Amino acid sequence: MKKIYSVLVENRAGVLSKVAGLFSRRCFNIDSLAVGETDHSDVSCMTIVSSGDERTLEQIEKQLNKKLDVIKIKTFDEEVSVSRELMMIKVKYNKSNRRDIMETCDAMKADIVDMSKNMMIIQICDTPDRTNLMIQLLSGVSIVEIARTGTLALPKCIES
Amino acid sequence: MNGADAMVQCLLHEGVDTIFGYSGVAIDPFWNSIGQTDIRSVLVRTEQNAGHAASGYARTSGKPGVCAVTSGPGAVNLLTGIATAFADSIPLICITGQVVSDQIGSDVFQEADVTGAAESFVKYSYLVRNAKDIPRIIHEAFYIANTGRRGPVLIDVPFDVQEQTVSKFELFEGDPKLRTYKPTIRGNMAQVKKVIKVLQKAKRPLICCGGGIHLSRAEKALKEFVERENIPVVSTMMGLGVLPTDHSMYFGMVGNNGHALANRAMNESDTLLMVGARVADRAVSSPDLTLEGKVLIHMDVDPAEIGKNVGPTIPIVGDARHIFEDFLAEECHGEHSAWVDTLNKYREDMKEERHSSPDFVNPQAFVRMLSKAMPDNGIYVADVGQNQLFSCRNAVIREGGLFMTSGGMGTMGYSMPAAMGAVAADPDRLAVAVCGDGSFQMSMMELATMNQYDYPVKIVVFRNNYLGLVREHQHFAYADDYNMVKLGGEPDLKLLSEAYHLKYFRAENMDGLSETLDGFLHTEGTAILEVMIDPMETVVMK
Repeated sequence: MKKIYSVLVENRAGVLSKVAGLFSRRCFNIDSLAVGETDHSDVSCMTIVSSGDERTLEQIEKQLNKKLDVIKIKTFDEEVSVSRELMMIKVKYNKSNRRDIMETCDAMKADIVDMSKNMMIIQICDTPDRTNLMIQLLSGVSIVEIARTGTLALPKCIES
Repeated sequence: MNGADAMVQCLLHEGVDTIFGYSGVAIDPFWNSIGQTDIRSVLVRTEQNAGHAASGYARTSGKPGVCAVTSGPGAVNLLTGIATAFADSIPLICITGQVVSDQIGSDVFQEADVTGAAESFVKYSYLVRNAKDIPRIIHEAFYIANTGRRGPVLIDVPFDVQEQTVSKFELFEGDPKLRTYKPTIRGNMAQVKKVIKVLQKAKRPLICCGGGIHLSRAEKALKEFVERENIPVVSTMMGLGVLPTDHSMYFGMVGNNGHALANRAMNESDTLLMVGARVADRAVSSPDLTLEGKVLIHMDVDPAEIGKNVGPTIPIVGDARHIFEDFLAEECHGEHSAWVDTLNKYREDMKEERHSSPDFVNPQAFVRMLSKAMPDNGIYVADVGQNQLFSCRNAVIREGGLFMTSGGMGTMGYSMPAAMGAVAADPDRLAVAVCGDGSFQMSMMELATMNQYDYPVKIVVFRNNYLGLVREHQHFAYADDYNMVKLGGEPDLKLLSEAYHLKYFRAENMDGLSETLDGFLHTEGTAILEVMIDPMETVVMK
């Protein structure tokens, strides 16, 4: 099972390490982790994707709640959320595969954001599944390096 | 006024009268300020024991215990004390000196990242960056340590912050209103009513109490409730003493080191109310114990404990004392006298009798005699090892008495400094530390501290020249292939007692033991009673 935890924390030195340390100490998985400031400069939002059995996922929420730097936790499943990940892939290209790569980018709604004679950086902002698919589609190409943000997610809008 | 003065004013404001610790340059401004007040500063002989002494103080007084040590090695030595307190949810305020702020992170002399190192076993920690934050931090620290699920809070204070001038000093009062910390104290009334209804319907109800009863001072409310409702009680090791040992509703300690009677009661109950207990491996382990097929109610102040090890049928979050007081306000009147009769019959049938070699002292019988000879309000501190298991299976605890041990962490060497802390908290009570020859040697340096500050502790040393509990394990697991368990080169305790100006008593076997115990317990000042036990003695029933 997968769960997304949107964790509001005090924006202070050392909080990331406390939260990450909790996961390692209790043998919880971190599938991905993204951190950024919220609209309040003293509050950060950590979006953590984790997987495990039901008891583990419940413990993650309870143990996070015990941390005194954690203000609030929202937990939701992937299906009821809008999730996005930003990924940049640097690839080597040549005359013979350049067109294929560009067609793949078109099909995947990815952009080429930098280019030289034999290398380019492709940027894709999509769901975690689609960013993984992009890597698969480029598996025949020589990938130089990849940088990705990890999943960001918000629960879907529900009429109230 | 400087930062150190501000710290001390805040400690006075929180009602601190005793601090255990060790000095060092990085914490010197603090001790200098303490020296200007009436707060007793107790110089232990190694920092770990400052933590244990503060723990004994906290468990006796109900107030957080305070300890303070220097940076680097001092702080790192204290870690075991902090971890031990954390495992048993004991409220401590641990103050560490730190190197000068702008040198933090550059690996200077006696620098250690203690807040980082202690992260997984403190309730919270602070690294103080500015002396103006001291009043807020210290007030928060006491609040955090002593509310909700209690535990140690660490405050790391750089040398320059202790010396920094504080121009505007203002004390904090009342609820510190932390947006990230709102412990649930009152139980949800709907859950309270639900539990009462379930207990009313139960045929074979049982309450299993852990250390949470002591921590929330719920003993009185619990006793009143079980006496009124005729509900049997068992306890975990940390819960020993929730009811007097000879109380008609008390049926012993559960767990793989507990009483067969208590385990049988657990197994045969149909409704089990676990209170302030982690339901940890040592307390509830199959195949001895099963929780299947019964209504399990789990009451704890820490919601994360509920469902961590077993899934309860009914969770109830809150402070045990408040919830039992709420229980008392409800009508229950369940009928389960047949169940109590059954348990009382088991009690008769399952008397545990053990026979030891007549050449030695029978440790089980010894613990019974010792605890019976202690005053009603005596404090029995068991160390870790065979001595702990002999103690918790046999100690007689009466109303007003106290039994302490390092339950969760199982830290050897806990008993002597903790007993010292207990005497510091209440000099009118007798504290007895019961250790083995292994654990005694882990903290025997504190004999000097007891002398220096006149904290008399009665120390029992079970002498078998082995690390007995591990020897026992190797006896069963490795067919007597003993490794790393033989204690050779042991000190002559009589000469050691002389060296420290202490009284020395010795029990070779059961002959004349009552008189020896009488002399030992009634002698003035600290005394050591060396008790010779069979090296092949086991805790497991043979």
